[in-house]
Amino acid sequence: MSLQSVLSHTWLIPFLPFLAFALIGLLFHRWPKFSALLSILAIAGSFVLSVMAAFIVFTGPNDAVFEVAARWLDMPGLRVDMGLLVDPLTAVMLVVVTTVALLVQIYSLGYMHGDPGLASYYSFQSLFAGSMLGLVISNNFGQMFVFWELVGICSYLLIGFWFGRDSAKEAAKKAFITNRVGDFGFLLGILFLQIVFGTLNFNELAGQVAGYSNAAVLITISVLLLFGPMGKSAQFPLHVWLPDAMEGPTPVSALIHAATMVAAGVYLLARASFIFSSSAETMTLIAVVGGFTALFAASIALVQNDIKRILAYSTLSQLGYMVMAMGIGAMTAGMFHLMTHAFFKSLLFLGAGSVIHAMADEQNIWKMGNLNKKMPATTWTFVIGALALAGIPPLSGFWSKDEILLGAFAGGHTGLYILGSLVAFMTAFYMFRLIFVAFFGSNHGGEKAHESPAVMTVPLVILAILAVVAGFVNTPLMGNIFGHYISAPNAVHHEPSMSIMIISSLIALAGICLAWLIYQKQVISHEALKERFSAIYQVLYNKFYIDEFYALLIKYCVDGTAKVLEWFDLKVVNGAVNGLAYLTGRSGYGLKYTENGQVQTYAVYMYAGIVVLLISALCAVFTVLA
Amino acid sequence: MIGFTHYLIFATLLFGIGLFGVLAKRSAVAVLMSVELMLNAVNINFVAISKYIVPNAGVGQLFALFVIVVAAAEVAVGLALIINIFRQKKSVDLHDFNLLKW
Repeated sequence: MSLQSVLSHTWLIPFLPFLAFALIGLLFHRWPKFSALLSILAIAGSFVLSVMAAFIVFTGPNDAVFEVAARWLDMPGLRVDMGLLVDPLTAVMLVVVTTVALLVQIYSLGYMHGDPGLASYYSFQSLFAGSMLGLVISNNFGQMFVFWELVGICSYLLIGFWFGRDSAKEAAKKAFITNRVGDFGFLLGILFLQIVFGTLNFNELAGQVAGYSNAAVLITISVLLLFGPMGKSAQFPLHVWLPDAMEGPTPVSALIHAATMVAAGVYLLARASFIFSSSAETMTLIAVVGGFTALFAASIALVQNDIKRILAYSTLSQLGYMVMAMGIGAMTAGMFHLMTHAFFKSLLFLGAGSVIHAMADEQNIWKMGNLNKKMPATTWTFVIGALALAGIPPLSGFWSKDEILLGAFAGGHTGLYILGSLVAFMTAFYMFRLIFVAFFGSNHGGEKAHESPAVMTVPLVILAILAVVAGFVNTPLMGNIFGHYISAPNAVHHEPSMSIMIISSLIALAGICLAWLIYQKQVISHEALKERFSAIYQVLYNKFYIDEFYALLIKYCVDGTAKVLEWFDLKVVNGAVNGLAYLTGRSGYGLKYTENGQVQTYAVYMYAGIVVLLISALCAVFTVLA
Repeated sequence: MIGFTHYLIFATLLFGIGLFGVLAKRSAVAVLMSVELMLNAVNINFVAISKYIVPNAGVGQLFALFVIVVAAAEVAVGLALIINIFRQKKSVDLHDFNLLKW
């Protein structure tokens, strides 16, 4: 098989996991081990194909695009194709998604060992992988929306995988409903595009949007489209579902709620950047939303005690970072950070899963401690992930985060640059708070822990390697190959600035040192800090009371509206129907006395009726004659 | 000289008497007889109109014959009903027959 013919077989990449899903669901669900094997083989096949496709794309010219499409839906005013679009952006996403999905599925063999729902777990995983790959390979908005919703339903199924727990059920519903709010705006945006431009194809749209000048329409469309990423990538104010989504199995959190699905929003911002960048107002909005989410989530992560929740807020914060990058026009940096983040964040989640597995489902970091002795592989891979996330050179997170900060600084967004640096400091602090408390802490909760089996540690090691090296693809050392292929059409390339690199490294180091002083050396007592700033602590610990605020909003607005409508239904609608019945009943009750059973009375009625008719007929005749 | 108008007035009077009987008499037999009066008033109208308005057609006369025949049949059915009612209630007073009411 020649390399070029690989591209014409890219349809197999999403198809293989879908096939595995169908086979497991229909035939093999009674054999969990075989189901798992089937699912892993399918995603491995997709992985190989993706790597080959990426190799072709990244060795070819940088504007080469492979596109095929078949008509799926055609009616007056709406035409939806099912197609494939393979360009550098797609290729990166394909590789990231299949790599993480493959490693997570292998890891799940150990983590989900003995779970009675193993077969359905793997069928959902396959469905997710297929949908996500279908999403990134779409060549138009219509198809993308279909897969967009499919990944949403997979997220729902996998968050609620342990549906025996009430909290898991609630979290699954919350995720689905919050996403629907965003998707509704997204769908409206897509319909707007179809109405205004008459096509949903990305390349056709790119040409048309460039020649379109009605700013109001462009702002409307781009803001509506922005709702999609806000829901899927959990940007403020639709971020509330992501921390709760940690109710799902930890490998699911790693794959869906850290590395791939939540990045779909960022991917959309990149894919449709021609629309977003056509409106400066929308770009500002994107940057502000992203920057605010980054800071907001990082501040919450400072005080959380649940290992998965800390990582969840960290994910929120990093997604905010990527969205901010998109908003300031640094698309290359945003996608680059998406890629490196996918590797080190899934590494961190899988490491957390390994810890939770070893600690018999304990998630509170204060009940762990001394894990570094018992679980060396998990500990050191976790530390590598945390260093990458904190942005310590030369790990991958350093390069991508630096790229974003550089974009902000060089693009003249000084405010966002300072905000980004602050978030970087907080990120380093909360990650190493987690590490010093859970892995090196003096609490002896970790005494019973044991190292996870190889099937779990090997994916950790592979991801750790990726977390170290993935950053080099966009460094001057390798000639910025990433940025050469993936960049906005009119992007300005900023020369790397040594001072920004040094400053951001120092900021990260400062965060780590502060965490070390407080939680390891205990030079400053964290209890005393908590006492001193108890008001701020409470607000942060309760996540700025956003959930409570939404609950109130629902209680008063939604339930209030429901009460008004219930009153309307009971009193007005029911009242009208009942009133009519009452009127009929009462009039019958009154008129029944005319029916006295006497045949002669009836005869009188008849005669009287005839007389009335006769008189009216005569009157009519005379009126006509007169 | 007796003319068309006289016939009409006569028929109207006869109809009025019959109607009064139907509405006011208590005996079911008397009511049945009053119905016959009304039918006969109609017959007189038929014949009179036939004679004075379409003299050569004779349709009115023919129709009057039909009415007489139908009235005879009707009386037979009506009397049979009255006999049956009488057997049930030992009465032919219509005021006793008010079962079909509220």
